[in-house]
Amino acid sequence: MLAVLEYHLVNYRRTWRGSALSSLVLPLLTMLGFGVGVGSYVAGGVDGVSYLDWIVPGLIASTAMQTAIGESTWPVLSAFEWLKTYFAQAAAPLRVADILGGHLAFMLFRVLISAVAFLAIALAFGTLHSWWSPVALIVAMLVGLSVAAPTAAYAATISSDSYLAILLRFAVLPMSLFSGVFFPVESLPVVLRWIAYALPLWHGVDLSRDATLGLDPGWLGLVHAAYLIAWCAAGCWLAHRRYRRRLVI
Amino acid sequence: MASLIRARGLIKRFGDFTAVDGIDVDVRRGEAFGFLGPNGAGKSSTMRMIGCVSPPSGGVLEILGLDPVRDGPAIRAKLGVCPQLDNLDIELTVRENLTTYARFFGIARKVARRRADELLEFVQLTERADSKVEPLSGGMKRRLTIARALVNEPEIVLLDEPTTGLDPQARHLVWERLFRLKQQGVTLVLTTHYMDEAEQLCDRLVVMDGGRIAAEGSPRELIERYSTREVVELRFNAESQEPYASKLEGVGERLEVLPDRVLLYVADGDEAVAEVHRRSLSPASVLVRRSSLEDVFLRLTGRTLVE
Repeated sequence: MLAVLEYHLVNYRRTWRGSALSSLVLPLLTMLGFGVGVGSYVAGGVDGVSYLDWIVPGLIASTAMQTAIGESTWPVLSAFEWLKTYFAQAAAPLRVADILGGHLAFMLFRVLISAVAFLAIALAFGTLHSWWSPVALIVAMLVGLSVAAPTAAYAATISSDSYLAILLRFAVLPMSLFSGVFFPVESLPVVLRWIAYALPLWHGVDLSRDATLGLDPGWLGLVHAAYLIAWCAAGCWLAHRRYRRRLVI
Repeated sequence: MASLIRARGLIKRFGDFTAVDGIDVDVRRGEAFGFLGPNGAGKSSTMRMIGCVSPPSGGVLEILGLDPVRDGPAIRAKLGVCPQLDNLDIELTVRENLTTYARFFGIARKVARRRADELLEFVQLTERADSKVEPLSGGMKRRLTIARALVNEPEIVLLDEPTTGLDPQARHLVWERLFRLKQQGVTLVLTTHYMDEAEQLCDRLVVMDGGRIAAEGSPRELIERYSTREVVELRFNAESQEPYASKLEGVGERLEVLPDRVLLYVADGDEAVAEVHRRSLSPASVLVRRSSLEDVFLRLTGRTLVE
C-alpha cells in the first residue's frame, strides 16, 4: 500500500507547484470575495459571528470535498479505462486493497494539503477563534474519505466520463449548495434539509464550524463523526468490491 | 523435471461463454512456450489465469508449485507480465516507470535505480531514461514494458502478443532481446498470432482454437505432423480455380483450392511441378516453398474468419 502511495506521490511531484498554488489562491479569493464583498451585505452576521468567520470553516470542509471529488473521479476512471495503470499494478504482487488503499491515501494527502492551505490563509485573516481550529483538518480528512471512497467506487463502475458529469451535477453541486456552507440549513425547506442531513458534507461543515469558532458540539458532534465514519466505511467496502470486480476477472 | 506451469482440464467461463475449455499445459523451466491461435481462441484468458489476475472456473492450475487463487501475490512476485496493450505511465519518465514499479515488489529504492539502469541498457533505452513516455515510439514503449516486466528478476515472463502493431525493425529488435533472455535461462510464455514469431522464439507451442488445444509440439514437429515438407502454390488464369482440383487429383498428399490459387501439399515440390506439366496443365505462376507453421495453423484453425 505504501509503495502505491509512493507511486502517486512521484506522479504528483510533476504537478505539485501548480496544484499547491491553486490551493492557496482559492482561499485567498474566497476571503476577498465573501469577506469583503458578500460579507458587507450580511450586515448582522450569522449566529452572532461575522459572515466571513461563519463561512470559512464551512468552506474548509467544502474544499476538502471538492479536492476529494477531483481526485476520485477522472484519475480513477483513467486508471481503469485510459491509462490502465491499475491493471499494471494488479500484475505486481499487490492486493486489490493495496491498490485502492494507496490511491485513497494519496487522495487524503491532497485533501490535507488544501485544508492546511485554507486554514493558514484563514489564520492570516484572523477568522479562526479557537485553539480547537486544527481539528478542522481531521474533519476535512473525514469529509475527504467519506466522499472519495464512494466516488471511486462509482468511477470504477462506469466506462465513460459523461457519467462523471451526472455525478457532479446531481450529487456534488446540490451537496455544495445545501450543506450549510453558505447559509444555515435551517433556512432550507424541510425536504432539502433532509438531503443535507443525509449527505456527508453538512456533518463535516457543522463539526468544522464548531472547531474554528470554539463552540461545544455536544452529543451532536459524536453523531456527526459517527455518520462520517459510516460513510467512509461503506464507501471503502463498496470501492473494494467494485475494484475487485474490475481487476480480478 | 517438475513443470513451472501445470494446467489440467483448465476452464475459464464468463457467464455462459466458455473462453477456455479444459486445456492441459506443461511449461518447463528455461523453455519458450507459445500459445498460438486466432483472436478469441482463449489465449489471453489463459495468460490472465497464469498471471493470477483471473481465477480459473474449473480444473487445476499450478504455477511454481503454488495455487494462483490462494498464493496470488507470492506467485506474481516471481512473474514478469508484458500485457497486450501497454499500460505504462505516460506522465512519468522512462526511468521512473521502472523504479516506481520495482517498489510494488518491495525492492529497495537504491536497488531499483541500479536495476532500472541495467534494464534500460538491456532494452537500448538508456538515452531516453529521463524523457517522458508519451512521445516514445511504439517499439520503444514495448521495449520499456518488457524492461518493466523484468524489474523483479522474474522466473517466468508472460508476453501477450509482444510484437503486435510494431514495424519490422522494432519486431526484430524485440525478438532479439527475448532470445537473449531465453539464453539467460528465463522461462518465456507468449501468445501470438504471428507464425514467424512462434517459429523464431518458441521451443514448444500449442495451437488453440475455440478454447481448446488443437495441437501441441515443437514448430518442427507440428509441421511434420500436420503438413508436408513442401507446398506448391499454383495460380491459373481462370475465373475460378475450382475446375483444376480434379485435374490435380493425386499429385500431392493434400490439395486446397483458394479463390486465387491452388495449394498442393507435397513431399517434393519440384517432382510435383513436373507432374503438373506432365498433365499438360500450364499455371500462370508456380511457387515452391517449404511448409511453414502458417500452413499448420490454417489447417488446424481453418481459413474462415470467425469473429
